[in-house]
Amino acid sequence: MANTGWDEFEIGAMLRSFDGKIDDIAGTLQEDRKYSPNNSFMASVADWRIEKPIFSKDFCIDCQFCWIYCPDMSIIARDKKMIGVDMDHCKGCGICVEVCPTNPKSLLMFPEQADEEAELAQWPAKDEKEK
Amino acid sequence: MSEMKKIKNLKEFSTSADRFEGANLLCPGCAHSIIVREVLNATNDDLVLSASTGCLEVCTAVYPYTSWDASWIHIGFENGSTAVAGAEAMHKALKNKGRLKQPERNPKFISFAGDGASYDIGFQWISGCMERGHNIMHVVLDNEVYANTGGQRSSSTPIGGSNTTTPAGRVSYGEKRNKKDMVAIMASHGIPYSAQVAPNKWKDMVKKIQHGMAVDGPVFINAVSPCTTEWKFDPKDTMMLTDLSTDSLVFPLYEIIDGHELNITYRPKNVVPVEEYLAAQGRFKHLFKDEYKYLIKEWQERVDANWAYLNRREEARV
Repeated sequence: MANTGWDEFEIGAMLRSFDGKIDDIAGTLQEDRKYSPNNSFMASVADWRIEKPIFSKDFCIDCQFCWIYCPDMSIIARDKKMIGVDMDHCKGCGICVEVCPTNPKSLLMFPEQADEEAELAQWPAKDEKEK
Repeated sequence: MSEMKKIKNLKEFSTSADRFEGANLLCPGCAHSIIVREVLNATNDDLVLSASTGCLEVCTAVYPYTSWDASWIHIGFENGSTAVAGAEAMHKALKNKGRLKQPERNPKFISFAGDGASYDIGFQWISGCMERGHNIMHVVLDNEVYANTGGQRSSSTPIGGSNTTTPAGRVSYGEKRNKKDMVAIMASHGIPYSAQVAPNKWKDMVKKIQHGMAVDGPVFINAVSPCTTEWKFDPKDTMMLTDLSTDSLVFPLYEIIDGHELNITYRPKNVVPVEEYLAAQGRFKHLFKDEYKYLIKEWQERVDANWAYLNRREEARV
């Protein structure tokens, strides 16, 4: 279906979000869904990014601010824990870094080509508050 | 009536499975999808959705992809609300005749529209839906401009904003007319619930959305949606801008029940001067020139007057 051109479509054809039947979408997590090739979940906007967020779980307090304020559903939260960033759908806007309340921040923006392990090894230390 | 989803805190909320998918083509840092997620995640029920023409529609339904994991329809610029109202009327009729295949499921009918499709072009259609009393919710993603077509003014654009059809320059300071008070107009229809929400106050927002879904009758929700492209600020500052808009009282958060009972739901501890809200956006840059400084003073006076008016209405219960 995804390879059909726009003029090869039958009138009244329907693009489905899923393959097969899902009864309870609101209760089915993304990894358990059978997406059809027409769902934008199967596409990627990773090439939009100039900077990417890197997540360090050492300082994360699982407040989920990044989850609620992410405009691209790219913060993966399972069982009330923040477990990582979905790099296929992240557009690199940087909102998650701005709203992160920990000290130092648990998410920071790095250039797209930065090496994740190297950056995690030299994560900034805690800032002492000025009084 | 199906059971309401219990959302006590953000951790509990984060177990929701999103029904709005990534890799849509909205700009990085767009507040539209934050609002859509908060609305859709507020319920576990089935959804029947529509989107009027606008950023949200063109970016989430680009052939051959769809970003919606629910029944979704788009018809024209003006009639997103009536499309959903029609589906709701059909659902009600089939239910009364006992011909629904799964009568235990209670879908929620929600239409999304931008401020252009609500304040200007779709105004008559929305007004009709509110008057006929359909059991629908209309959510406006209010970014104060026709962002999809290149930043033309809408009747939601506030005074002093520089847009492509009302540019600021030597002769003009930009938009000259004030924003329409859409929440009050819709409340005047006597609808059971109308409210103004902001994505940064997610708890307030979810509470209002759930209240709106629980009542029987049309619901109008106006959500502030900062636009990085047309308000001209950095994508990472979306939440900062939303905070400024609610804390400076430019977008006061309140609800109107049954068209008369007004409640203010958020009172900022530290009210920020409107000047800070204006200074954060490129579209108001020219207001900080000496000859236009008086406009900032007028802005502040207007916002204060509106806040005093809301407080008086809350006290008087009218």
